[in-house]
Amino acid sequence: MSTHEKIRHYIESNLVTFDASEAPFTDDDNIFEKGFLNSMFAMQMLTYIETEFNLTVDNDDLELINFSTVNNIVGLIEKKQRGRSSA
Amino acid sequence: MKTLTDVLSQVEQYAAAELRPRAGRFEAQEAIPREVLQGLAKHGIFGATLPTIYGGLALDPIQYGQLTEMVGKACNSVRELLTVHVSLVGESILRWGTGEQKQYWLPKMATGEVLAAFALTEPEVGSDANGIDSSYRQEGDHFILNGRKKWISFGDLADLYLVLASRGDEMTAFLVDSTMTGVSTTKMSNLLASNASHLAEIHFQDVEVPLGNVLGRVGGGFAYVVNSALDHGRYSIAWAGVAIAQEALDGMVTYGRTRRQGGRVIGAYAEVQQMIAEASVNIHASRALCIAAGQKRRDKHPDAVIETTMAKYFTSKMAMKVATDAVQVFGGNGFSREYPVERLFREAKALEIIEGTSQVLQPVIAQHALRTCYQQGWWRA
Repeated sequence: MSTHEKIRHYIESNLVTFDASEAPFTDDDNIFEKGFLNSMFAMQMLTYIETEFNLTVDNDDLELINFSTVNNIVGLIEKKQRGRSSA
Repeated sequence: MKTLTDVLSQVEQYAAAELRPRAGRFEAQEAIPREVLQGLAKHGIFGATLPTIYGGLALDPIQYGQLTEMVGKACNSVRELLTVHVSLVGESILRWGTGEQKQYWLPKMATGEVLAAFALTEPEVGSDANGIDSSYRQEGDHFILNGRKKWISFGDLADLYLVLASRGDEMTAFLVDSTMTGVSTTKMSNLLASNASHLAEIHFQDVEVPLGNVLGRVGGGFAYVVNSALDHGRYSIAWAGVAIAQEALDGMVTYGRTRRQGGRVIGAYAEVQQMIAEASVNIHASRALCIAAGQKRRDKHPDAVIETTMAKYFTSKMAMKVATDAVQVFGGNGFSREYPVERLFREAKALEIIEGTSQVLQPVIAQHALRTCYQQGWWRA
């Protein structure tokens, strides 16, 4: 799975809804404003990203905006991966 | 050089000799004596999970759980200090602190020179942590903090507070030195339990907090600092439930083998054995849940949060049940402060309330099951 697919899948598997079709979200929708995720999800997502992609997300990257949409999350991961490969 | 096994063995001996026999007195005196805290510090437990570079013991989650059980079995209030100092504040600084904050606070916390408390709850805000009233505003190179916190374990004793405050919709975490001008405390007394845990109200009156004392990002207080701190807290409470239940089982077995009624020790009666059997099985199940959560935490598995939540939910309810049965086995003596079971009974109740009440955790657990256990067409398979 691509990074994009992994992130979408992880979000979809954590939606607090009885039917995923009830909670459609685009890659640019703010997933927290949709109301389908519980309050612990931001932290879980952070753990997932760090573990799955073997990254460390610094405090400077911890703006909720970085985690608010699929595209922003993918962008953050790719930025961290570029930083790692150029280090 | 001492091995980790040596350290844990020494803590166990210290707990058996200095904590367990005195836990009831601590509760009656509403304080843990300073020399006891110094004794604990000598064994390094205030830096239990902190890396060795900060002077910590670097225990992994399972080892820390075992330490928590060991200490909590002897004295719930000392265990409570571990929960707030190590799990809630130490882990938060380790995770979210700047290099400077870690270098400054963690070595002092590891030695016990600085004791820390977690200041989230307020008179009007318990489970709805997102709705706190304590506020901050920025003025030049510092923030001005105002508000009132309540039910803060070791708030009366701590040198450092991790304080959560809000500005409009955002919440931020601050590291506040208890000696800062405008900080004052009022000790809370006559509580159902945890009287030795130095619970206090903390008042913040125009406290000037330097910008460098923000933990994590401005606005990142709830999503990250609070949620991860409470996750660590719940893991600690899960083991605390095992500790109280095991102590209660030890009590009911010992009493059951010595107390005679109708010509037999009461442990020979099927009705008592039924309670002992239930307790034994439930304690084993609880410990297994805690270890499973600990393994996930050690491996940084995304399910660590939900497994920790389930462990806390189960063990806190289980501890209440086992402690209730222990009082039942002790009969009239279970009502007496001459026997520790009444204290265990009171202490167990607190576990169902702190770090997320059972009722707050239930929907989280249910939602997880509703997501993960759904099998379309299951009945047709």
